[in-house]
Amino acid sequence: MAHASDPQAATSAAAAPDGPLTTADGKPLAWSLARSQARARRRAFFLVLPLLAFILITFVVPIGQMLQRSFYNDGFSANMPEISQWFAENPRGTEPNDAAWTALANDLLASAEERSIGVVGTRINYDVPGTRSLFTSTGRKVRRGIEPPYREALLEMDEDWADPQLWGAMRDASRPVTSNFYLAAVDRTRAEDGSIEQVEPRQRIYVMLFMRTFWLSALITFLTFALGFPIAHLLATLPMRKSNLLMILVLLPFWTSLLVRTTSWMVLLQQQGVINDILVWMGVIGGSQRLQMIYNQAGTIIAMTHILLPFMILPLYSVMRTINPSYVRAARSLGATSWTAFRRIYFPQTLPGLGAGALLVFILAVGYYITPALVGGASGQLISNLIAQHMTDTLNWSMAAALAALLLGSVLILYWLYDRLVGVDNLKLG
Amino acid sequence: MKTTLILSTALAGFGLSAAAQEVNVVSWGGAYERSQVEAYNKPFEEKTGIKVNMIAADNPSTPLKAQVEANNVTGDVFDIEVSDAIRLCDEGALVEIDPADLPPAPDGTPAVEDFIDGALQDCAVANIYWGTVIAYDTTKFEGDAPSTAADFFDLEAFPGQRGLPKTPKRTLYLALIADGVPADEIYDALETEEGVNRAFDKLDTIKDSVVWWEAGAQPVQLLADGEVSMATGYNGRFFDAMVAEGKPFEIIWDGQYMDLDMFAIPKGSPNPEAAMDYLKFATSTEQLAEQAKYIAYGPARKSSAALVGLYQDGETEMGPHMPTNPEYLETAVFDDPEFWADHDAELTERFNSWLAGS
Repeated sequence: MAHASDPQAATSAAAAPDGPLTTADGKPLAWSLARSQARARRRAFFLVLPLLAFILITFVVPIGQMLQRSFYNDGFSANMPEISQWFAENPRGTEPNDAAWTALANDLLASAEERSIGVVGTRINYDVPGTRSLFTSTGRKVRRGIEPPYREALLEMDEDWADPQLWGAMRDASRPVTSNFYLAAVDRTRAEDGSIEQVEPRQRIYVMLFMRTFWLSALITFLTFALGFPIAHLLATLPMRKSNLLMILVLLPFWTSLLVRTTSWMVLLQQQGVINDILVWMGVIGGSQRLQMIYNQAGTIIAMTHILLPFMILPLYSVMRTINPSYVRAARSLGATSWTAFRRIYFPQTLPGLGAGALLVFILAVGYYITPALVGGASGQLISNLIAQHMTDTLNWSMAAALAALLLGSVLILYWLYDRLVGVDNLKLG
Repeated sequence: MKTTLILSTALAGFGLSAAAQEVNVVSWGGAYERSQVEAYNKPFEEKTGIKVNMIAADNPSTPLKAQVEANNVTGDVFDIEVSDAIRLCDEGALVEIDPADLPPAPDGTPAVEDFIDGALQDCAVANIYWGTVIAYDTTKFEGDAPSTAADFFDLEAFPGQRGLPKTPKRTLYLALIADGVPADEIYDALETEEGVNRAFDKLDTIKDSVVWWEAGAQPVQLLADGEVSMATGYNGRFFDAMVAEGKPFEIIWDGQYMDLDMFAIPKGSPNPEAAMDYLKFATSTEQLAEQAKYIAYGPARKSSAALVGLYQDGETEMGPHMPTNPEYLETAVFDDPEFWADHDAELTERFNSWLAGS
């Protein structure tokens, strides 16, 4: 809006001497416009409200709750209040005194009677392996009766109670908010004095698996690009009748269940499988030299490349369809070789589709679970297989949440990088 | 399944009758679930009029934990492994069960004396004993057939790939047995650094020839495809393949790993009374023996053993296929839930790290 002190505005407002423009019923135009726009926005908001509520209830809240477990675990602090209090009042390095032992004994008794001692033991066992049964067995003994002095009484039940590492772990667990699960997720642990150190070499696994997950995902993304680009180009340039047929060949596997496709790869690739049988029959390899193409990294790469291929082809295809062939013809007529015309004219125009395809494939690959579990063997496992293991086998949900949060975080960083380098508004999904 | 749940609750709500009760049982699916439907659910429905809804899960302890944590329990009875039963009981997720409430054996022996050791826990009652055993394809070996756990690790005498489960729980003990550790000293060995190293060293000798499986159906499939010549797997699954499908497999009854499956009731289950009725009914002598007609898993009651007869085909004697056959128990390793509650996390990490290293 023009300002009243502006000389030009003064002239244009001369027709309406009492200030800003108004509507027929005398209300200021700007106000009226804002009101009607707000109404339209409100209507639009009410239309998307069901979806918003759906996403909030079924997606954001549960995921948030799950992620919360990665740094919040009150298994110890909620069930052992007295000793947690003692830890809060006495700094690290204080020798446990009589008050500490009394608090511990009281908490153990209360927790054992409430049947929460297992939760407490499980929490400490994450940090000090082998201590869960210390809690549950002491809990059973304490229920039968315990007399002061508590230090001697507890040590008589199990001398492990004197272990300083155990006390350090209890101190860590005495506050519900903890970074221990994130530390464990990057192969680190807390020493007795509270400093952070790497775990023993033979216990290290997660950093390596994260690296492998990203490396394999990048490789698979590149393979889908190398295989998918020519197909997408062919689809986009063939006459409709032929390209429709080809399109069905791309879409049919896309619509087939993931499990079915993975299992088909098992039938094809295993040592007694179709491909090995054909190679032996043709005499390329001997009967005893059958190739190991599955239950290892190769299996993961082959099956995942195939399964993710349509996610690269479809965005590429939709972009290539819109590229005007006369640009390349013009370049050729101006003297460019076919390679130069491709490199400088055609390829840059496919970038939005390539970006979308690469982002889709990479992010899907990073979180892939079923295929590596079935055909990956030992060397083709990805980080999501370990997350699943913590969810269903060891039931350590805090650890699973920490690993998942790290995975989510790194994907978001990659997305941000992509936005900085390529620009997300260049993305074209169809 | 959920639809049936919603539908049946809705129907009950329409006032069919107040007695139209139901109970939701979560089990493992497959042949095992079928055996439970035949031996427990059908007679239970007939006797009490309470409808049984069977729900399958990969491992029922996972939904059990999730439902209790979310304060939204929909299952009434869960079929879980003994280590999970003890763990969840210690965490206060399960209803305590007094053994005195369980029905006695037909001859009047109280339940406490009738169930085998470990079958009665504070919050759970076992229904079956099952074994993880080695099976081989008889067509793969000319001359001598493998007969011991050590043969499983002998790639020269018995060539071919091996199928093993991708978990430390059912692999480390086998390596130790094959390396000459007696069955009753396995957990003492695994408590020590040297023992664990020894197990991994032994596994190293076959590492390159192992196909790792995760689901119970896989070892049977791997053997049937000829992808492996020997595999360890659940004895009931192998039995099914051998007897029901006529596959040329043979089981090596050496170094088997014995596990219990138990029924437990979560706190806050929607039909606690019907759940308890079901649990008592299913773990009675006759029903446990009846289940053995459909699957080769040993009943958890001593009094049931005498009633175990023929397979449902009417000709196969079940006795020699039962993991609880006294002859096989001499070399069996029994699951130690306390040990695994303590060391599962640590050994799993080391196992994963060992697997990933080349």
